[in-house]
Amino acid sequence: MSRKITLIVTRQDGPDQPPYKETFVIDYRPNMNVIGALMEIRKNPVNAKGERVAPVAWEMSCLEEVCGACSMVINGKARQACSALIDKLGDTITLEPMRTFPVVRDLIVDRSRMFEDLKKVKAWVPIDGTYDIGPGPRMPEVERQMAYELSRCMMCGVCLEVCPNVSPRSKFMGAAIMNQVRLHNTHPTGAMHKHERLEAIMGEEGLEGCGNSQNCVQACPKGIPLTTSIAALRWETTRYSIKKWMFS
Amino acid sequence: MATVLPRSFVSRRLHSLLGVIPIGAFLIEHLIANYSAVGGPEKFEATVRWINSLPFVLLMEIFFIYLPILFHAALGVVIAFQPKNTLPNYGYFRNWMFYLQRLTGLITLIYIAWHVWETRVQAALGQPVNFEMMKNILDNPVSIAFYVIGILSTVFHFSNGLWSFAVSWGLAVGPRAQRQMTYVSAIVFVFLSYVGLMALFAFIA
Repeated sequence: MSRKITLIVTRQDGPDQPPYKETFVIDYRPNMNVIGALMEIRKNPVNAKGERVAPVAWEMSCLEEVCGACSMVINGKARQACSALIDKLGDTITLEPMRTFPVVRDLIVDRSRMFEDLKKVKAWVPIDGTYDIGPGPRMPEVERQMAYELSRCMMCGVCLEVCPNVSPRSKFMGAAIMNQVRLHNTHPTGAMHKHERLEAIMGEEGLEGCGNSQNCVQACPKGIPLTTSIAALRWETTRYSIKKWMFS
Repeated sequence: MATVLPRSFVSRRLHSLLGVIPIGAFLIEHLIANYSAVGGPEKFEATVRWINSLPFVLLMEIFFIYLPILFHAALGVVIAFQPKNTLPNYGYFRNWMFYLQRLTGLITLIYIAWHVWETRVQAALGQPVNFEMMKNILDNPVSIAFYVIGILSTVFHFSNGLWSFAVSWGLAVGPRAQRQMTYVSAIVFVFLSYVGLMALFAFIA
């Protein structure tokens, strides 16, 4: 009797279709990850009842936890399927889509809200102009090291999925977006447009929407100090608002 | 003002500030004043007389207690019902504090409404505020249980709110500062709970 792995997948046939659970039983293989398990289902899409069904749909790309495409909720926790090893998950595994985002199909979600929000907070360094403005200021090494930590974000959306305040009743954009503001405000040339980004995150869509549950920093697969980024920006906006209120 | 600073920024920061000053400051004053009941009915009634002898006491009540609490409560109820549930899947300490902060906020609102009805409203209707009044209110186990829950809930909401205040204004930024602020809020919780419950039991004994 070979070892079997049971996968309980929350499926959905389309964006407006109702979700349902389907169970699959596959053969265990050493060193298998969740992606490998899903590939087994794709090879032979027969559920536990023996019915032939449409293979489970999911997204993946890098397979080394740097792209974020395969993010899903595994055994109740949002993470990447590529770095989720079967040996560490047990013999019964639940897979669900990150329902904070609109579900496209099965485990595939539409994370484009994060791209829209990055545009809202101007998460870029503007350098284009009508003439050459020359090289920017140099960056101190300690700040570069700090900024590097922040720049490791892959926009996987796990911090939005685990955040209680990223909900249908709240406008909060999420920790990843706040972190991008801090990253671009740390950049010496980006800092020249600091105030524009701070203005974009001052309200309840931004920092004030954060409820300090701090799930983001616990769940972030890249170990980014998200709560420190948020609190640091809180201090920036405290200073900025006092300055603006008193002098403008 | 709304054109200078975003509306939700002003209201959320005001919500955070009012929770500490003046509401939190009043809570500490109120619990310490009540603690004089531990010294007996005469001590308690002397404290009550002293507070009522202060000039502008009604104005202070309105601007430092009633209006701040009404604003804090109104926005607080909105905030409390915004989140989606992330428990027990993400059962981290801070997430529990997040949940409890909202839960105790709602409990505290119900408790304060009832407490104000039983004491301040009755006083306005002519009932004298003295040791007897509290003794009569607390003459049954249901009231005592309600007051114990109410006091602990209020003190928790304030203590944990101090932590949120420090984080929300950017005073505690890094993990170390935030952890130390957690210790501060825990000490405040233990101390104020002791003060509040000792006063409560003084009325029962």
